[in-house]
Amino acid sequence: MPKAVLLDPQGKAVTGALHRLGKSNISEVRIGKRFEVTVDEVTPEVLAEVQALAEDIFANLVIEDVVSVTAV
Amino acid sequence: MRIGVVTFPGSLDDRDAQRAVRLAGGEAVALWHGDHDLKGVDAIVLPGGFSYGDYLRCGAIAAHSPIMSEIIDAANGGLPVLGICNGFQILVEAHLLPGGLVRNDHGDFVCRDQKLRVENTDTAWTSGFQTGQEITIPLKNGEGGFIADLETINRLEGEGQVAFRYLEVNPNGSANDIAGISNARGNVVGLMPHPEHAVEEGFGPDTRAAMRSGTDGITFFTSVIQSSLLARA
Repeated sequence: MPKAVLLDPQGKAVTGALHRLGKSNISEVRIGKRFEVTVDEVTPEVLAEVQALAEDIFANLVIEDVVSVTAV
Repeated sequence: MRIGVVTFPGSLDDRDAQRAVRLAGGEAVALWHGDHDLKGVDAIVLPGGFSYGDYLRCGAIAAHSPIMSEIIDAANGGLPVLGICNGFQILVEAHLLPGGLVRNDHGDFVCRDQKLRVENTDTAWTSGFQTGQEITIPLKNGEGGFIADLETINRLEGEGQVAFRYLEVNPNGSANDIAGISNARGNVVGLMPHPEHAVEEGFGPDTRAAMRSGTDGITFFTSVIQSSLLARA
């Protein structure tokens, strides 16, 4: 997700569109990304590896936060 | 002086940067993203464009390409590196420069001749300017908003690492009107505007003297050639 302190122009544009549709009860929309990573077997080690990848490559921690890494 | 220009998949301004190098009196050397070979160049330009279609984040995939491991080592060793627009985005994604670049605050792509103030002339790429000099070069980006946490901004301001600042308008919502920055050593510089598009009369921004006669960008390239000659002398 884009860091909460940063402006999210994409989310802001969608918020504006919702307000034009009369959804005045929605005060903010923020837009992030979801990565689905397929592995042979989910182990704690693999989850830790994906967490590291998320922090190193999938997200740029200067401008984004990794919200969660979970097995599904 | 041999200046390498790296071509990534989706680079657009690599040929313009090569031409700027030649017009400044240097020898332009084409470098390829997939190689691990800097061909012995004396400086490197990461050009503008849309490497990997801006997938993941602008510059993020290119920052992990094979040639970047050599460029990161060389930059940490003092080799002059200039990142223009997408090249600037690649430099921040490679952590050679601090901060990040996010979508313009107004949400639109912007393309204009942009006035800048040169804030720091103690870098490899700005030594030919006067401190405080006002220059005009083209700017064209969708994700050019420079941001960093307050501590980083304060450090950049305090250490004189803000190289260029937007004048008259802030075109993308950049913090403190920052258009370009350098690393602490001054060999790595990144900026969103495009100096390589203002190097030849007839093809640059308009000036008071004549249409398209602006050549303020050539000084980036003559600066690095001059500082290299001085270093050798």
